[in-house]
Amino acid sequence: MGANGHYESFPWKHIIGFLLSLVLTFAALWVALSSGLPLKAVIVIIVLFAIIQASLQLFLFMHVNESDSGKVQTFNMVYSFFIAVVVVAGSIWVMQFVL
Amino acid sequence: MKWSEFFVTGEPLIYAADVAIVLTIIGIVFVLTYFKKWKWLWNEWLTTVDHKKIGVMYIICAVLMLFRGGVDALLMRAQLTAPNMKFLDAQHYNEIFTTHGTIMILFMAMPFIIGLMNIVVPLQIGARDVAFPYLNALSFWLFFFGAMLFNISFVIGGSPDAGWTAYFPLAGNEFSHGVGNNYYAVALQISGIGTLMTGINFLVTILKMRAPGMTLMRMPMFTWTILITCVLIIFAFPVLTVALALMTFDRLFDTQFFTMANGGMSMLWANLFWIWGHPEVYIVILPAFGIFSEVVSTFAQKRLFGYKAMVGSIVGIAFLSFIVWVHHFFTMGAGPAVNSAFSITTMAIAIPTGVKIFNWLFTLRKGKIRFTTAMLWSLAFIPNFVIGGVTGVMLAMAAADYQYHNSYFLIAHFHYVLIAGTVFACFAGLHYWYPKMFGHILNERLGKWTFWLFMIGFNICFFPMYFLGLMGMTRRMYTYSAGLGWTPLNVVATVGAVLMGIGFIVLCYNIYYSARYGERDMTGDPWNGRTLEWATASPPVHYNFPVTPVVEDVDAYWVMKKKYGGFHVKEEDLKPIHMPSNSGRPFWMSVAFFVAGFGLVFKWFALAIVGALFIVIGLILRSFEDDDGYHIPVDEIKRMERAARKGA
Amino acid sequence: MPLEYRTQESRLNILGFWIFLGAEVALFATLFATYLVLFQRTGSGPTAAELFEVKDVLIETLLLLTSSFTCGLAIFEMRRGRMSGLIAWLLVTLLLGVGFITVEIREFIHYVHEGATMQTSAFLSSFFVLVGTHGAHVSVGIGWMILIIIQLLQRGFTPKTARKVFIVSLYWHFLDVVWIFIFTLVYLLGMVI
Repeated sequence: MGANGHYESFPWKHIIGFLLSLVLTFAALWVALSSGLPLKAVIVIIVLFAIIQASLQLFLFMHVNESDSGKVQTFNMVYSFFIAVVVVAGSIWVMQFVL
Repeated sequence: MKWSEFFVTGEPLIYAADVAIVLTIIGIVFVLTYFKKWKWLWNEWLTTVDHKKIGVMYIICAVLMLFRGGVDALLMRAQLTAPNMKFLDAQHYNEIFTTHGTIMILFMAMPFIIGLMNIVVPLQIGARDVAFPYLNALSFWLFFFGAMLFNISFVIGGSPDAGWTAYFPLAGNEFSHGVGNNYYAVALQISGIGTLMTGINFLVTILKMRAPGMTLMRMPMFTWTILITCVLIIFAFPVLTVALALMTFDRLFDTQFFTMANGGMSMLWANLFWIWGHPEVYIVILPAFGIFSEVVSTFAQKRLFGYKAMVGSIVGIAFLSFIVWVHHFFTMGAGPAVNSAFSITTMAIAIPTGVKIFNWLFTLRKGKIRFTTAMLWSLAFIPNFVIGGVTGVMLAMAAADYQYHNSYFLIAHFHYVLIAGTVFACFAGLHYWYPKMFGHILNERLGKWTFWLFMIGFNICFFPMYFLGLMGMTRRMYTYSAGLGWTPLNVVATVGAVLMGIGFIVLCYNIYYSARYGERDMTGDPWNGRTLEWATASPPVHYNFPVTPVVEDVDAYWVMKKKYGGFHVKEEDLKPIHMPSNSGRPFWMSVAFFVAGFGLVFKWFALAIVGALFIVIGLILRSFEDDDGYHIPVDEIKRMERAARKGA
Repeated sequence: MPLEYRTQESRLNILGFWIFLGAEVALFATLFATYLVLFQRTGSGPTAAELFEVKDVLIETLLLLTSSFTCGLAIFEMRRGRMSGLIAWLLVTLLLGVGFITVEIREFIHYVHEGATMQTSAFLSSFFVLVGTHGAHVSVGIGWMILIIIQLLQRGFTPKTARKVFIVSLYWHFLDVVWIFIFTLVYLLGMVI
C-alpha cells in the first residue's frame, strides 16, 4: 500500500521515472554534443532538462509528497531550490566583475 | 615541531594564562574527587539528553565565553585609550580582535540563544522533549568541543589573527602560515555541525510536537521566531560548512580556491562567507525579538499587539535575509548593478523589523507596566536597537557606504544592533526564565544595578564610535597617531567599556548571591505569565507535563488561568510516560571530533585519522542502537507531581 | 499505511531526514556555486574539455541512475512485505553503487596521472571537491546500506528497520538527483564551453 492508500501492484512510478530519466539524460547529451545549437540555448535546455529530471525523481522515486508531512517536505524542497538558485546565480552574478 | 611553536612563548600574560588553566583543571578535578561527584557529573550532565539540562549547559558556556570575549574587548580598549600605546603589539591586537569577534558571535551569542531555545521551546509548545533528544546532546557537545578547540589556541599554537571574517588572501597560507587560522577553520566547522543539527531538531519539534489545539497561529511568539531561526540555520550553515572546508583544503592541502595564482579567487571567500554571515546575524537577532515579545507582553500584562503582522514580518525576514549579503562588501568592486540591487534589498529588510518595533510599542500602550529587570532590558532595547538599525539603513546606501565601510561607524552600528538586540535579549531572557531553570529568582536590586551600569556603559562606549568613524578612524587598527584628534572619544569609549565590565561582575555576583539567598519560586509562575512554560513547576519535573495540555488560544496558559484557574491535572488521566535514555556517546564522539580537529590543525594526520575512526565507530554503534528509552510508571508520576507542588 | 510510517518516532525521523536533505541541497548549491565561478580559471592546467570523456561520464550516470531505480524497487518490495525481494534489490543497488565509485576513482586517478591534480588550478580544485564530495557521500551511503542490510537480517521486519531502510533509500535517491546536476553543469557544460 502506498502511504496515501493507493494500492501499488506494479512499480509503475519507478519504471516511468527511470525511463523518463534515461530519455532526459540522452536528450541532454545530444543537445550538448550533437545538436549544433548556440551555446546559450544549449545551457538553458540542459539545465531545464536537469530540473525536470530532478523533479521527476523527487516525486516518482522519493515520494516527496506522501505522508502527513508531505506538504512540509515538498515546501522544504521548493525552498531549498530557491536557496540553491540564489546561492548559485547570486554568486556567479556577484563575482562576475573578477571573471 | 618545536616546543616553542607548539606552546605560545615569550609573553608573560600567556604564561600567566597557562598557569591559570592548569590550576583550574586541577581545581575542578580536586573538587569533583573530594565531593565524590564524578558519577553525578557523568549521569546527570555528561550523558543527559534532557533539553532543560542541555540548555543550562549551553548558557553556562555562553556566560563563560562572555567573560573571555569581554576581556578581549577590555584589552583592545586599553590599547586604544591613548595614541601610540605599547600595551599590545600589532600581532597580539590582531589575535585579540579576531578571538573577540569569533567568540562573541559564535561561542557566546549562539549558545546563549540556543540554550534559551532548548529550555523554553518544548515547554512553550507543551511537549515532553525535542524530536531528537540524542541528537540534541550531540549538538551541545559538538559545540562545546569546537569552542574548546578554538579557545586553547591562544596558549597552544597561537590564535587566528585574520579577523572573525578571515578574508583571503590574508587568511591563506602565504600570509598566515602557522596554525592560528587552522583553528578557525576546524573549530568553527565542528561547532557548526552541532548548530545545523539543532536547526533540524527544533524545526521538526515545533512542526510536529505541539500540544493539541496549538495551531501555528496560536504559538507563542518566541516559538515562532525560533521556527524561522531554524529555517535560517538549516539553509545558511551548510554554506559555512563548505566555505570552511574550502579554506581547510587551501590551507592544509594547497588547493587553489582562494589563492592569488593558478586561477584562485580570493574574493570568492568573502562572497561565500557572507552568504552565510548575513543569515547568521538574523539567526542571533530573531530569537532576541521573540524574547522581547514574551517579556514585553508579560510585564505590560497585555496580549502582544499585531500577532499576524509579527508572524508576517519574521517570515518576510526568512526570505529577505538570504538576498542582502553583498552589503557586507559593497566596496569590493562588484559594480553598480549588483551594488544597487543589494542596496535595495537591504533597505527593504529594515521594513519588517520596523513593523515589529511599532507592534512592541503598541503592546506597551495602555498596558500595566511592571518594571522588572527583564522588562528594563526590553525597554532599553527599543531605542538603542533603533539607533543601530537606522545607522544600518545609512550603511545600506552603497555609495555612502564607501565612506563608512570598515570605519568605526560600522563598528558602532553592529555593536548597537548586536548588543542592544541580542545581548540585551539574552540578559532579559536570563532574568525572565531563570526561575524556570533553577527554581529561584535573580535578585532584582542587583539586576537593576547590572542593567544601569551595563546599558549606560554600552552607550558611553559605542556612541562616540559613530563620530570616530566619521572622523576617519578605521577598524582593526592597533594604534593611532596623536595629532588626529581621536584621543578624547577613545578615552570616553574606554570608560564606557569599564562600566560594562563592572556591570558584568555585578551579574556574576547576582548569580552567586541568588543561589545562596535568592527567593525561591514556589508556584512555577512567578511573573503571572501567559505561556505554557509557566504551567510547570520551577524547575520542571524531567518529563515537563504529567499530561499533555490542550490549547485553546494564543497565550495558552493565560487563557487556562482565566477559564479554569490554571493547568489542572486529574490523576485518573495519568498514563505511563515514555522517556529517552541517557547516552555517553554524544560526549565521547565529540571528544573524538576534538582529537581529529586538533590533528588537522597541526597537520598530524595520523591523529586526525584516529579521531575520525572513533567518530565512525560511534556512528556504527548508534546505527545498531536498540535502546528505545524507558517508561515512568503512573505511581512515580504521582509521587513526583506531589513533590513538585509541595509548598505551592 | 506502510510499516515505516507507523510509529510517531519513525514519522519524526523521516521528516527530520527530509529537512536534512534540504540542508544538503544548500551544501551542494555552495559547491556548485564555487565550481561555476571557478571552472574556467584553469591557470596553466588543462581545461574541462581537454579532460572529460563522454564514455566514462555516461557509464557513471547509467550506473547511478539504475541504482536509484533498483533502490526504488527495493522499497516497493518492502511495502509488499517481501524480505527476500527487498534484500536482493538492495544488494543490486549496492553493487551498482560500488561500480559507480570504482569508475569514478579510476577517472580521478587518470586525471592525476595526466598531471591534473586538485592543486593544479582553481578549476581542478573545485572539480575534485565538488565531485569528490558527491563520491564521498555515495561511499558513506554504501557503508550505511551494508549496516542496514545486516540489521534487516538480524532483526527482520519491524517499524524501526523499515524506517531505516526508507531513510537510506531517500539518501540514495537524493545522491542521484545531485548527480543529475553534476552531469549537466560539470561534465556537459565542460564539454561545450
